[in-house]
Amino acid sequence: MINEEEVKHIAKLARLELTGKEVKKMQKNLSEILDYFDLLKKVPRSALRTETPAKGMGAIRKDESVHSPIANKIIEASPDKKDGYIKVKTIL
Amino acid sequence: MELTNFTIRQTHEGLKNKDFSSVELTKAYLANIKKFDKDLNAFLSVAQESALKEAEKADERIKLGNFTELTGIPCAIKDAILVEGQKCTAASKILENYVAPYDATVIKKLKEQGSIILGKTNLDEFAMGSSTENSAFGVTKNPHDKTRVSGGSSGGSAAAVAAEMAAFSLGSDTGSSVRLPASFCGVAGIYPTYGSVSRFGLISFGSSLEQIGPMAKNIGDMELVLKAISGKDEMDATSVDYSYKKTDADFKGLKIGVPKEYFGKGIDPEVEKIIRGAINKAEGAGAKIVEISLPSTEFALACYYIIAPSEVSANLARFDGIKYGLSVDGKDLLDVYIKTRGQGFGPEVKRRIILGTYSLSSGYYDAYYKKAQEVRKLVRQDFEKAFKEVDLLFCPVSPTPAFKIGEKTADPLSMYLADVYTIPINLAGVPAISMPAGKAGNLPVGLQIIGNHFQENKILAVAQEMEKML
Repeated sequence: MINEEEVKHIAKLARLELTGKEVKKMQKNLSEILDYFDLLKKVPRSALRTETPAKGMGAIRKDESVHSPIANKIIEASPDKKDGYIKVKTIL
Repeated sequence: MELTNFTIRQTHEGLKNKDFSSVELTKAYLANIKKFDKDLNAFLSVAQESALKEAEKADERIKLGNFTELTGIPCAIKDAILVEGQKCTAASKILENYVAPYDATVIKKLKEQGSIILGKTNLDEFAMGSSTENSAFGVTKNPHDKTRVSGGSSGGSAAAVAAEMAAFSLGSDTGSSVRLPASFCGVAGIYPTYGSVSRFGLISFGSSLEQIGPMAKNIGDMELVLKAISGKDEMDATSVDYSYKKTDADFKGLKIGVPKEYFGKGIDPEVEKIIRGAINKAEGAGAKIVEISLPSTEFALACYYIIAPSEVSANLARFDGIKYGLSVDGKDLLDVYIKTRGQGFGPEVKRRIILGTYSLSSGYYDAYYKKAQEVRKLVRQDFEKAFKEVDLLFCPVSPTPAFKIGEKTADPLSMYLADVYTIPINLAGVPAISMPAGKAGNLPVGLQIIGNHFQENKILAVAQEMEKML
């Protein structure tokens, strides 16, 4: 179960504006989904204890800057820009 | 026979022998789009002009003898994969007018081969869904029955191939999104091993789960495209050095596992009959059939719907009105974020962002996200154990054929359950295909064949033999 206040709090954390109607619907849907997640309580504890290392498929690389031909194109795609920079509202 | 009936291999022969040109072929596919897509809504945008230009170039290449089997072949691309200079909406209002600034690696590879990009196909918003009903731009109807969904999230890509509006297409699969629509629309589709295809230029949803996968008229065509798009890419740190190597199927000595949990309650009897029929044919051809158990299956869906939304909440944080697409003005920076996201995202995307943020939030992290990661390990172990015993697994793609438009939209959980047989595969990162196995009434039913990591070749070799028997 999750109440409407919790939905509003989570929406704030997620930087998401929800209308009153959306909050109500979200509360109902989420409660049903979270109830379904209770199923995970049935997972046998003994099974979870069999630790196997997670398979690492990722790779590490040196933290070096490289020239990217697409950097300028990416900046161009932003809604507000000036002199090759992305523009945002002042935050101080 | 119409040009658009041909498989890629047949089309290639025709191009090579100058029976027809790529321009003629491209025009034939564009004509089909014009004819059928008003009804089906598989395409969000059609790039007629650039497609015809690419076709001219392909014809030049063919004339010069510098070509591959994919040169001059027209395809459709899921609108979550970037094609430079073309809109990429992810079927979301937040990216409605976003033009892709560069090519995804898979697109770069297809362009190098000289494939023709006809347009961008519909999907559930940000690939979140199983029916394309979550698209901000309308549902894609099933070409076999227009009152039903095409499946999702890559429904547009599946319908485009099924209705001969493209010779092949690309989709992406995070939980079911290539295999489910392939099954519902009666085409071949694959979720390749996690890491085998670069995700660079795919709009991220669940980064630890998703892969780009081809969809095609048959297994052989799908194999050609998979071969062309896979391999290591320095732009995707999770991609691995992999090159597809064709192999032959030998049913004598082949061990096929049938996971009993995939035939449990909720399966449509017609679907079960078709899949059991396919298994019997494999047995008739000499394969040994072994019933096996994947005991963590019952927990996989809950596990997935914690992990995937958690990744969503992080991945979609980038859509804030600053870097891409829609930007709604507000009184300060925070207000811009909140309003842009509130107005730009649709209901299912919001639901998953909230669900993911909740699962990762202080106080709930251990009960949800951490638990789900532990369960994910169990799901993976199930497959590891299974593949010590058998070579491949045969099972359904989904418990039912294509459902009616609107049937599940009011109940998100019932929609999630359509993915019950596909999501364990993404959690384990093993490859799986959907191939047409028969019809329930007029609705196609897909057989799912699952293999061990990087054994796509084994799956496809067996699938090609199955294709002849089904």
